[in-house]
Amino acid sequence: MKILVCMKQVPQKDAPLELNETGTWIREDVSYEVNEPDAYALEEALRQKEKHGGEVVVITAGPARAAQVLREALAKGADRAIHLEDHAFVGLDPFNTAQAFFAAIKDEKFDLIFTGLQSDDYGYAQTGVILAELLGWPHATIIMQIEKSDSGIRVKRELEAGYFQFVDIPLPAVLTIQSGINKLRYATLIGIKQAKNKPLRKVIMPEVQSAIGGNLQKIERLYVPQKAKNTEIIEGPPGEVAKKLVDKLRNEVRVL
Amino acid sequence: MPAIKFRGVDFLEFDALLSDDERLVRDTTRKFIEENLVPIIEECNRAGRFPRELVQPMAELGYFGASLKGYGCAGMSNVEYGLVMQELERGDSGVRSFVSVQSALVMYPIYAFGSEEQKSLWLPALQKGEKLGCFGLTEPDFGSNPGGMRTRARKVDKRYVLNGEKMWITSGSIADVAIIWAKVEDENDKVRGFIVETDRPGFKADDVHGKWSLRASVTSGLSLQDVHVPECNLLPASSGLRSPLMCLNQARYGIAWGGVGAAMACYDCALQYSLLRKQFRDQPIASHQLVQEKLAWMITEITKAQLLVLQVGRLKDADKVEHQHISMAKRNNVWMALECARMARDILGANGIADDYPIMRHLMNLESVKTYEGTHDIHTLILGSSVTGIDAF
Repeated sequence: MKILVCMKQVPQKDAPLELNETGTWIREDVSYEVNEPDAYALEEALRQKEKHGGEVVVITAGPARAAQVLREALAKGADRAIHLEDHAFVGLDPFNTAQAFFAAIKDEKFDLIFTGLQSDDYGYAQTGVILAELLGWPHATIIMQIEKSDSGIRVKRELEAGYFQFVDIPLPAVLTIQSGINKLRYATLIGIKQAKNKPLRKVIMPEVQSAIGGNLQKIERLYVPQKAKNTEIIEGPPGEVAKKLVDKLRNEVRVL
Repeated sequence: MPAIKFRGVDFLEFDALLSDDERLVRDTTRKFIEENLVPIIEECNRAGRFPRELVQPMAELGYFGASLKGYGCAGMSNVEYGLVMQELERGDSGVRSFVSVQSALVMYPIYAFGSEEQKSLWLPALQKGEKLGCFGLTEPDFGSNPGGMRTRARKVDKRYVLNGEKMWITSGSIADVAIIWAKVEDENDKVRGFIVETDRPGFKADDVHGKWSLRASVTSGLSLQDVHVPECNLLPASSGLRSPLMCLNQARYGIAWGGVGAAMACYDCALQYSLLRKQFRDQPIASHQLVQEKLAWMITEITKAQLLVLQVGRLKDADKVEHQHISMAKRNNVWMALECARMARDILGANGIADDYPIMRHLMNLESVKTYEGTHDIHTLILGSSVTGIDAF
């Protein structure tokens, strides 16, 4: 099986975030890491390859620093990597991101494409789904298990309230992988060393430019939630105070 | 007080001096330690238990003999190897000691002084963690002066007979194989190295009990009474005291990185604690001048230590390092780590002595680290000898 894993570099979960000067995103000088669900998607792809053979290719879109995500994936066992390298991919909407991926892989024949369920920064959970649509492939989301079947694959989806759904899908297909589907491996020292010799294809913006339109996402303002505390003293005879208090608790605060 | 999670220490854009691969090695090891050692280390330290369950995972990640080439070893650069040591010791000096011994004091001498048969027999098994090793140089009466050792090897036919006592041997009682240094009687008492399987008759290892330091690693005394080994167990290229000292140089280099790791752990914990802990007018103690003075001292010394050991590593990778360079890094970095641990303990007040925080464990560990692999004072004399040309010992 030939599997593509779409990965994203996101700010570290416990990094202290500061707003940028225009107040439209965070300052870029934070620590970054692999988007968590993407790490599980990669792990699942490596496990499928170990079971059924084939190839695992990883792709990301982002500035030069995003190559770290690919290097780590190669060190863990991915066979080759594709880097859509441009700062314009930071904050690009899922539709255009999917368009760019679609353009970059048009000459490849994958059996499966994995993405993480969603990104830890924007959290749209759309890139994989839209990519499937562009490819004309079936897709399934929130995947907790993948088994090969005679007609394709059988996947387990996580629904709400503890329910699961099993779906049979023909290949090729796109799956968005839920965190916790497996146990992540560490990159070994030998893996890190070998990764240096694995192919990493850089795709520059002009190569995919025609597939991308204007950014459909614009952040107007980002701000830290204001904590507000108001104290009101209700005065008057006890009976009236009690009446007003009950009214406020019932109709304003709505706790009664 | 909420749990304090290590965030790394980089004041002077130290990371910019590292390659992408070096950072990946460091970050991967940090993650491994955070997820696998940090959750169990306080329990190990209390119980005086070596976390043997980590041997296999560490072997799979390639931590044993990481800087050696071939025989299944990862062939890391010296800087990459150093960063692994830093992260291991950020977790615990005892666990780092175990890896140092396996790598620098057991695998390295076989790699450097062994025959091809010895290398292919032992190195892959040691790399995979299937066999564990220890290094027998120090004796009850000979620490800083190993040249005075009493352990003797006598040649009888095609065998050597070993007799002697070794002391303060990390991993002694869990080792499958010991690298024993002994004076060979037929060679004018020249010091040479022997591979001694620990199940040979006459070989005994007894653990040192009552240690207040390195409680998560095993420390033993070895006794060899008429232990017979075939002559093919002699490390053929070992020749004189210089050979074990070459091993110690490898290990000391790793310790110099380890010191940075332990200091980072203490500093980062103290910094976070000082911002959370409030005293006087509900202000964090980080706002107190005397606390800030300690934090400023620590971050300055840690930053200097990082730059020092990185330069030593770069020299080592360029094959230009000299033993006095490594002595400087070991001496400075372990000293500063111990001072950081003591200051961090001060900042944490009473909380600093309990194992809810890693400080006291690091502090007690570092007391050993300051002494072993060349005491602080001996390294002072090595530096003195290097700059004056006069030996003071």
